[in-house]
Amino acid sequence: MNALKGFSAPIVAGVVLFGLWQGVLSLFNPDGFVLPAPSEIVGALIDNWDEVYQGVRITGFVVVSGLIAGIILGILAALLVTRFRTANETITPLAVAVNAIPIIALAPIFNNWFGLTSPRSNQAIVVALVFFPIFINTTRGLTQVDRSQVELMESYAASRSRITREVRIPNAMPFFFTALKLATSLAVIAAIVAEYFGGRQDALGPMITQSAGLTRYDEAWAAVLASTAIGAVLHFAVLVLERVAMPWHSLIRNPK
Amino acid sequence: MSEEPAMSEAMSTGEAESQLVIDIRGATKVFNPGRSNRVEALAEIDMAVEPGEFVTLIGPSGCGKSTLLRLVASLISPSSGSVQVNAKPAEQARLDRDYGMAFQTAGLFDWRTVTKNIELPLELMGWSKGDRRRRASEMLELVKLSEFAKHHPNELSGGMQQRVAIARALAFSPSLLLMDEPFGALDEMTREHMQDELLRIWEETETTVVFVTHSIPEAVYLSTRVVVMSPRPGTIASTIDVDLGDRSAATRDDPAFFKKVTEVRIALREVEG
Ligand SMILES: Nc1ncnc2c1ncn2[C@@H]1O[C@H](COP(=O)(O)OP(=O)(O)OP(=O)(O)O)[C@@H](O)[C@H]1O
Ligand SMILES: [Mg+2]
Repeated sequence: MNALKGFSAPIVAGVVLFGLWQGVLSLFNPDGFVLPAPSEIVGALIDNWDEVYQGVRITGFVVVSGLIAGIILGILAALLVTRFRTANETITPLAVAVNAIPIIALAPIFNNWFGLTSPRSNQAIVVALVFFPIFINTTRGLTQVDRSQVELMESYAASRSRITREVRIPNAMPFFFTALKLATSLAVIAAIVAEYFGGRQDALGPMITQSAGLTRYDEAWAAVLASTAIGAVLHFAVLVLERVAMPWHSLIRNPK
Repeated sequence: MSEEPAMSEAMSTGEAESQLVIDIRGATKVFNPGRSNRVEALAEIDMAVEPGEFVTLIGPSGCGKSTLLRLVASLISPSSGSVQVNAKPAEQARLDRDYGMAFQTAGLFDWRTVTKNIELPLELMGWSKGDRRRRASEMLELVKLSEFAKHHPNELSGGMQQRVAIARALAFSPSLLLMDEPFGALDEMTREHMQDELLRIWEETETTVVFVTHSIPEAVYLSTRVVVMSPRPGTIASTIDVDLGDRSAATRDDPAFFKKVTEVRIALREVEG
């Protein structure tokens, strides 16, 4: 598996970092009160496995569903905007205006709209946050095409939709994946922060606030670790998807 | 409009024989008219190309050679005047896929392999998969890139990319070939090889070629007619007929060849002032 290759370095770096963390704490902070040692966090993770696992399922669902909906909407809007001038003139300024709102600040308001314990409000936050980078970057990729490639297609009397398929969409792929990597980490942050304000109480967000409120920092960190895992798995999935979708693209970065 | 039917028949067949492949009348091109970045690229071009001709456009950089080729290809439309290809408006000729074009920049698709790039026009014309494969491998042999069939363009050098673009332009054997400095990035030996191959294809398939180059010897070696263009706004300054017979390696050392080269050089010197 080619995609695994890029992961050996971060894994080594992670092991070294956690080793240092554990070592430094055991030397200077034997109580491990505010910042528990990795061993304690892992201990808390094992002790509270059922709750953490449930939290990962709930939060993971919010993240993944919001991500998928945001991606689909972002791509559709980008295709619409590049195809129709009127769509461009209406959607683009609207999207820019919406993006100026710090969307996460809407979490308490969305909770009122969708019901305090409904995951819908958190999903909506994730969708709104994911939509924008996907929309903007994909639009850029669909429009910033090599002029001679479009002219070549025109010289073959290719239809507009054929030009979109043969030139615009492949050209937009690297733009889309750059946005997708950004969007996955945004999605996890958005979901957790949104959960601080409402949604299901067995999600990771409430677990972090409640454990920290009760000064059970090892449990709070265990939940943070679990949310990190969601982000890491998603990021890895995106990298694999990228290689599968654009086998030609790695050739640019690693010339033989 | 003859009263004699026999006579009009004779005339119409006569017309069909001499039907022009390209007929440009009073064509001008102004980019961004009425704006501060207005460019008058072409002024009053009249040009006629007959079937089987090999016409080379030569002139200083920015004189509108690529623009003229784009007009013929109907990728842009003239600001005034008319452009006809195969006795129909250039636009219709484009829709009928009457010509093949090789652009100044290779314009390959990174997401397609070399083979798939060459197959692109054939796909658009509905060739079967087997026919496409066969033609693509023939073309790759022609441009000596067979071993790179499965590579992607970004793994090739600039000159190799240009050869793929040439193979793509030749793949569907268009009756009219428009080539914009196709050999610009090639080394001298490959260039001469490609010139000979192009001449061979031109003779075998009886195509008509309009070819842009900056190289005077290349223009003379390839063409039946060299068209010298003046600096912006581009006009046709002079036309030099070249009659050197069948080309071969010896042609390049022929005094008649050098005489023509000198003739074109003088014409170019005149327009550049
Ligand atoms: N799409 C365009 N928009 C605006 N100006 C253009 C456009 N295309 C060409 N021009 C202008 O028209 C003029 C002629 O350009 P063109 O590309 O035809 O020159 P050329 O003879 O092919 O030059 P070269 O030998 O350097 O390729 C130039 O001044 C150029 O800036
Ligand atoms: Mg040019």
